[in-house]
Amino acid sequence: MNYLPYAVAAWLFLVGLYGVTTSRNLVHLCICLSVIQSSSYVLLLAIGYRTGRPAPIFKDIKPGTPAVDPVVQALMLTDIVVEVTVIALLLALAVQVHKRNGTLDPSRLNEIKG
Amino acid sequence: MQYAPVLPVVIPLFAAALLAALSKLLPQRVALGLSLLATAATTAASTFLLRASLSNTVVYWFGGWSAHGGKTLGISFAIDPIGAGLAAFAGLLTFLSLLFSAKYFDAADNYFYALTLAFLAGMSGFTLTGDMFNLFVFFELMSAAAFGLCGLKTEDPSSLQGSVNFAVTNTIGAYLVLTGIALLYARTSALNMAQMGQTLARTPADKLVMAAFAFIVCGYLVKAAVVPFHFWLADAHAVAPTPICVLFSGVMVEMGLYAVARIYWTVFDPSLHPFLPHLRILFVAVGVATMVVGGIECYSQRNIKRLLAFSTISHMGLMTVGVGLFNVAGLAGTAIYTLGHGLVKGSLFLGSGILLHRTKTVDESELHGRGRRMKWAGIVFFLGAAGLAGIFPSGLSMGDDLIHESAKQIGVEWLKWVSFFAAGITAAAVFRVAVRVFLGWGSPASHQRGAAPKEKEKPETESGHDRTPVWMWAPAVAMVLGGLLIGFAPGLKPGTLRAASRFEDANTYAARVLQGTPVHSSAPEEEKTQEPWVGLFILAAAAIISLANVKSKGFRESVKPLIAPLRALHRLHSGHVGDYVAFLTFGLAAFGLVCIFTFR
Repeated sequence: MNYLPYAVAAWLFLVGLYGVTTSRNLVHLCICLSVIQSSSYVLLLAIGYRTGRPAPIFKDIKPGTPAVDPVVQALMLTDIVVEVTVIALLLALAVQVHKRNGTLDPSRLNEIKG
Repeated sequence: MQYAPVLPVVIPLFAAALLAALSKLLPQRVALGLSLLATAATTAASTFLLRASLSNTVVYWFGGWSAHGGKTLGISFAIDPIGAGLAAFAGLLTFLSLLFSAKYFDAADNYFYALTLAFLAGMSGFTLTGDMFNLFVFFELMSAAAFGLCGLKTEDPSSLQGSVNFAVTNTIGAYLVLTGIALLYARTSALNMAQMGQTLARTPADKLVMAAFAFIVCGYLVKAAVVPFHFWLADAHAVAPTPICVLFSGVMVEMGLYAVARIYWTVFDPSLHPFLPHLRILFVAVGVATMVVGGIECYSQRNIKRLLAFSTISHMGLMTVGVGLFNVAGLAGTAIYTLGHGLVKGSLFLGSGILLHRTKTVDESELHGRGRRMKWAGIVFFLGAAGLAGIFPSGLSMGDDLIHESAKQIGVEWLKWVSFFAAGITAAAVFRVAVRVFLGWGSPASHQRGAAPKEKEKPETESGHDRTPVWMWAPAVAMVLGGLLIGFAPGLKPGTLRAASRFEDANTYAARVLQGTPVHSSAPEEEKTQEPWVGLFILAAAAIISLANVKSKGFRESVKPLIAPLRALHRLHSGHVGDYVAFLTFGLAAFGLVCIFTFR
């Protein structure tokens, strides 16, 4: 078992969280969210990967041959679709924030407190 | 009625797509009528499923891909009374808030209706599904629609900040859930909750299972807004359109807890059962912290919508305790409490919507005495305060009672004093608003020190109005009366107890989903009757505190030493998304470390 993909996933997760926490720009913040999300992609793919096994397309290979797990790939694709919506929505919000407040810095948007 | 199980998702989703496609063509009135119709049909379908599931869990396999030999490839809905009941309740609240919105927006976008229906579809699917990843997808559908609804009122700058905070924290919560699902899939090679539970039961729980549990539970607790994940909720509620606040407070946050309960009892219970005592301590600690922090913050707010939002956080604390005691009475109590709380809190939000409609502000000090002629909103606020205090026979008192009973079974009877404190302080806050706004008591300038800085709520309606349309006060009054009288509903308590005992039986659930074995629901013994005077006593205490606060200078002087720690608490709620995510990370790390190092 190769631990590298899991280490990469953990690293992406933490570095993305750090980015969101310290971000001074909403667009940058959205990208950091995508970084956290990439960590779950790496994790999913690492879980489904079988060393030396073919892709799960049973056209040329005999059915029943062990292959890479297609379920996690389907999960990942679904997740990409869902998250594109959310990131697009957040970027649209960032555009609106910039239009009204003239800034993208979350620490200069302090209407809400307490 | 073979396809009845999918109707609560298909109807609103289809109507939402239709409304979005035709949004430029349809006049607002037609769009509203169509969405009311779709919501009513959805509620009817969910109610039908609730009735059908009372005798036996309804299992529906999409595309006929049913389980074979305990293994699943397809996706299933597994509908039991608690899930279907929550779906029906979501439909009911959506219907009432759509009615309220009929005259509320001067210029409503048809997208508002489309998003509301998509939101409802997400919530219905979330409560009905029996598949782990499907649960996540509905969670995301519900969240994305909610982000859109929260940011819809984009003429207000603070609205954007609230929506950004809401969207970012909840999206991170969703990533946590997905990571947890991936870890569990690695162990079980399954996504069906029943099959996952049965596979996990074969080996003792190890650190991987603990980590997955921590990720999934924390992800859903972000939605449930428990301390320290609660920050987004007040910001989102302060800025979201008021009819949507009803749904946020009334059902959406409760969905987070529903997911925690559902996942624990289907997936983790078979393997984590030996650690229940530890889990109980963890959940009770989190719930108590949430009740206290929410209650204190609630009392010190001036923005009425924000005040109500913090009161929701406080009540979520009690529900977290109810779920986190992990027994039948606790879960049944939480379910009934959800009904009572959703109706009462929803009516209070509609009441504050009426205030905003009439006066263009929801600031308690600015509103001083201006509510004298708004009799319906006044009635809603006074009755709502009584409901939050938990007077008999409201759903809150019945739920409270069951949760206390459950705490007694576990041996933590002291919990009831914390819940009395939370009920009292949130009721006192609403009572204070009611006497100052609707009776004009106290002096206009006597706002509290240390309260939130002045915050302009730009009205969702363009100008103040002279009268309250019946469309606005009727749903509010109906909701508060419903919440107060729901305890009289025949069969509610025994039915919920029976449903809860089925909910918590992982093996019967798995046998039903995987093998199709019918459920034999046994009637649990009837819990003892409640003490009707407790709620009255809390209400009286709340009234005395709030009247003392409004009327007596001496009282205000005597609480001055409390202001410094209160300021510190306020400073934590900074409105900065980075701070919120830092707290979220801290909460996740703490929860995960507790799970990994103490459960052995």
